Amino acid sequence: MDLLIELLSEEIPARMQARAREDLKRLITGGLVEAGLTYASAGAFSTPRRLALAIEGLTAESKPVREERKGPRTDAPEKAIEGFLRSTGLTLDQLERRADKKAEVFFAVIEKPGRRAPEIVAEVLEAAIRDFPWPKSMRWGSGNLRWVRPLHSIAAILSDEGGTQVVPLTVEGITAGDTTRGHRFMAPDAFRVTGFDDYAAKLRRARVMLDHDEREAAIRQDAANLAFARGWEIVPDDALLAEIAGLVEWPVPLMGVIEDRFLSLPPEVLQTSMKEHQKFLSARNPATGRIEGFVTVANIEAPDDGATILKGNQRVLAARLSDAAFFWDNDLRVAKAGMAEWAEGLKSVTFHARLGTQWDRVERIAALAREIAPHVGADAGMAEKAARVAKLDLRSAMVGEFPELQGTMGRYYAQAAGLPERVADAARDHWRPRGESDGVPSEPISVAVALADKLGTLAWFWLLSEKPTGSKDPFALRRSAIGTIRLILENRCNLALQPLVKFAMENTPEYSILDQERVENQSRFNELAERQAQLEVLQGAATSDEERAKIADELGHGMQFARGLHRTRLANESARIRLAEAAEAEAPDLLAFLHDRLKVHLREQGIRHDVIDAVLAMPGSDDLTLVVARATALNDMLKTEDGTNLLQGIKRAANILSQAEEKDGVEYSLGADPKFAETDEERRLFAALDAAEPRIAAAMKAEDFPAAMSAIAALRGPIDAFFEAVQVNTDNQVVRRNRLNLLSRIREAGRLIADLTKIEG
Amino acid sequence: MTSPQPHVTPGTDPQARPPAVAVPRPAPDRPTCFQDVILRLQTYWAATGCAILQPYDMEVGAGTFHPATTLRSLGTRPWAAAYVQPSRRPTDGRYGENPNRLQHYYQYQVIIKPSPPNLQDLYLGSLRAIGLDPMVHDVRFVEDDWESPTLGAWGLGWEVWCDGMEVSQFTYFQQVGGHDCRPVSGELTYGLERLAMYVLGVEHVMDMPFNAPGSPIALTYGDIFLQTEREYSRWNFETADTAMLLQHFKDAEAECARILDAPDRDGAGRRIPMAHPAYDQAIKASHLFNLLDARGVISVTERQAYIGRVRALAKRCADLFVTTEAATGANAAAGTAPGAGA
Repeated sequence: MDLLIELLSEEIPARMQARAREDLKRLITGGLVEAGLTYASAGAFSTPRRLALAIEGLTAESKPVREERKGPRTDAPEKAIEGFLRSTGLTLDQLERRADKKAEVFFAVIEKPGRRAPEIVAEVLEAAIRDFPWPKSMRWGSGNLRWVRPLHSIAAILSDEGGTQVVPLTVEGITAGDTTRGHRFMAPDAFRVTGFDDYAAKLRRARVMLDHDEREAAIRQDAANLAFARGWEIVPDDALLAEIAGLVEWPVPLMGVIEDRFLSLPPEVLQTSMKEHQKFLSARNPATGRIEGFVTVANIEAPDDGATILKGNQRVLAARLSDAAFFWDNDLRVAKAGMAEWAEGLKSVTFHARLGTQWDRVERIAALAREIAPHVGADAGMAEKAARVAKLDLRSAMVGEFPELQGTMGRYYAQAAGLPERVADAARDHWRPRGESDGVPSEPISVAVALADKLGTLAWFWLLSEKPTGSKDPFALRRSAIGTIRLILENRCNLALQPLVKFAMENTPEYSILDQERVENQSRFNELAERQAQLEVLQGAATSDEERAKIADELGHGMQFARGLHRTRLANESARIRLAEAAEAEAPDLLAFLHDRLKVHLREQGIRHDVIDAVLAMPGSDDLTLVVARATALNDMLKTEDGTNLLQGIKRAANILSQAEEKDGVEYSLGADPKFAETDEERRLFAALDAAEPRIAAAMKAEDFPAAMSAIAALRGPIDAFFEAVQVNTDNQVVRRNRLNLLSRIREAGRLIADLTKIEG
Repeated sequence: MTSPQPHVTPGTDPQARPPAVAVPRPAPDRPTCFQDVILRLQTYWAATGCAILQPYDMEVGAGTFHPATTLRSLGTRPWAAAYVQPSRRPTDGRYGENPNRLQHYYQYQVIIKPSPPNLQDLYLGSLRAIGLDPMVHDVRFVEDDWESPTLGAWGLGWEVWCDGMEVSQFTYFQQVGGHDCRPVSGELTYGLERLAMYVLGVEHVMDMPFNAPGSPIALTYGDIFLQTEREYSRWNFETADTAMLLQHFKDAEAECARILDAPDRDGAGRRIPMAHPAYDQAIKASHLFNLLDARGVISVTERQAYIGRVRALAKRCADLFVTTEAATGANAAAGTAPGAGA
């Protein structure tokens, strides 16, 4: 049989509808299957006012189930038997006694008869309604039920060749039926439906397009046609389109024109204002490249073809854009005056209690950008300048209104301030990547500022031990870490992070405060020493006892004061040490955090985590580009047959060695000599190592990792042959030692590449 | 027009499902002036059975602050009221120059407890009453959850859009003063100036006709409010004595606490808890905070603390109100049951 469910409510927030469709399908089909029914297919639908589910090929009843459960022995303590009775819901005389191995044991045989679909559906639907996982739900009127907004009616019908029947269900006073209603205004009356096809068709006649995807497609098509008629094109925005489709049951797109007086506004401002406030799609004129029109999607076919609606929307848009134009004009005035007003403004905004104001933060990013610049091919002065400009738009009126335009406006304002184009670009691009799908900047100045912003933020919060834990990451540090990694890797920057993290951690307000305190302390101490020296001279020249006593008294006070200054200085020093200790402890921790993120990042690109671990154990692991190049080469080599066999050989050598070293208590490293070689295989291995070692070392030095891999791969044959023919542990101690030392050369050759012991398998 | 039905028959079980209220059908013509819009809303909501209250006689930031909403949305006793509330938002003053922004404006507020099942239809009827026909205009319910940190209150609902413009706020109260709302009140708030400007096709609020344009002495909104907007903007932003305002804030806070701390019973042994006088002081503190905010003397970090202080007062007032007969309906003297169907 087929099942149709519809839950008609007041308007469901657009952003919740997609999840709700999935949840309804999951809860109902899951519940039905669990209760022993099966079905052929299921589809969920939503409009602003309804959630619907259509299930086809549902079995009419569940099969009877016979379940046997073994219980305690019949001579078990009473408590155990009682527990078994409770868990099975049976009485003692309903249990069977059966011989089991040595003892007699209770068995419960539970027979569950098959149940009919209507009964099961009612149960499952009620549970789904009561436990529906809305992100936010509410009560209304005097009832106890919770739903996303007041729930008005439930339609639930089962149909087969024999006809239809309503599922017997009443939830908090709402009784399921076989009726629904059409469009709120165009077809508000109730009507009866017999099944899904009938339901969808009647709804369409009642001006409701049930399928979200269909509404979305219709809006896309109609909007494109309206734009095409004027020679325009719609600016693609899938998220907005999906939201609009969740706001209307019967989409009626209407096209409007933006007044000329607003066309000088940046297109991003027009687009954002129309999207955020009005949910309008933007229409671009390809001839001018400007956004000149909009499409608003009404929910009604009005008798005047939407003239009134369009006029109203146009009016609201004009008011909104007047505000935007006002912001833009004011901001441009500040920008042309050099943006000093905004820099001042940042000084009054606290970034973090222990990290100072937003302006303090900008100063520190600028210092770090200067430090990073040479490593990414940027001019240090330009990078510093760009960093000082990059956050100024946070104080502009436009960004205050539309936070998502930060950066975009920064670039316009930097241009208006007459700053170089690359500095202006950095204001826009240093925020990137904003997310997974966003690209990273490649212009060196933007890269330097972006890295300084992200790496600095990480370093400062790490120093304060405010790290992300579990789902808590209030400062979006994970995103900063991913951004740092992507900026470095995608630009192939070779830069050592360790010293930069150290620089950042030493460049915090705490240090500035301590520095200032130390300077003040020193100058007070100098003044005091001068005064004490003066007093000693005066004391020698004093003529009366009274005068001498007075001087002695002041000298005494001076000494006390000096001790106080000394204590302050010691406290200053120990605070400094604590900070240094924190930096020392947190810097490696931050690097480890970045390495963890890097592993996730590389795993998505098909590089095994043990390969990365093997590479991370090598020196230079704070150069992420180097790490990735090594890991990629090693990963590639390990995919070849030579690679896996070589790895086995090297690991075997290392195992034999470590066993021997443990037994003998010495480390075998130097002095393998071909003259003690007894077999050709040994001699050939010597020759191969002699040839390979300098090649591997040279290739590693040149960071030509594929060459290093092919050089070490050449050892595979000789190593295999060696182990095939030679017994390392012989009675002749000289030969044995020589062979062990030879194995150590294999181990060392491997260590040139990575710590291969970390590779699994 | 069908005859109005009362919301709730006095004496019915408040836990029962509330009945739908008949939607009045007003004549489909358009208002001519600002007061016409107000009068039509009054007539309409009176026809649904709401008690038409008068504005609260204190300075408030929104119609929600009227005790008819804040306090009466608490407790089990049925309630239905509608009223105009002059609202003051000192930071929104623009010396009368901005076409849409005012430091003093009017809200129209409807509050019904429990929320009737057809509250949306009732609301749409009120739009028809002021000439906005949903068959011609595009009326939409767009998610907007309401929260008042000052009142410790929140609810779920929508902002209602008419042709892309927000014309009302529609909220099902879930919590007020930290108390769960059982039953739930439905609250409607109309921004009267903006709504009327749209209906009347006026671009600048000061140009809007206040009384009928054909009146012997025709007055515009500007004739009545331009001077006051200028004066109050100056006082709010430039002149108000912040030290005095701060002292008043502290005084209101202290008096509120003192009233709440007073024993429930008076000298004669009657139980008369004073939730309303205390709540007046909370309202006063809230408005003083808004004035201080407009004068720019409250820093970002202090802001939260001030709001928290007002919320603490509002919560205690709510705690006290729910113990009164006005909230529970218990022992109400015959003939004085408020709100039960108007």
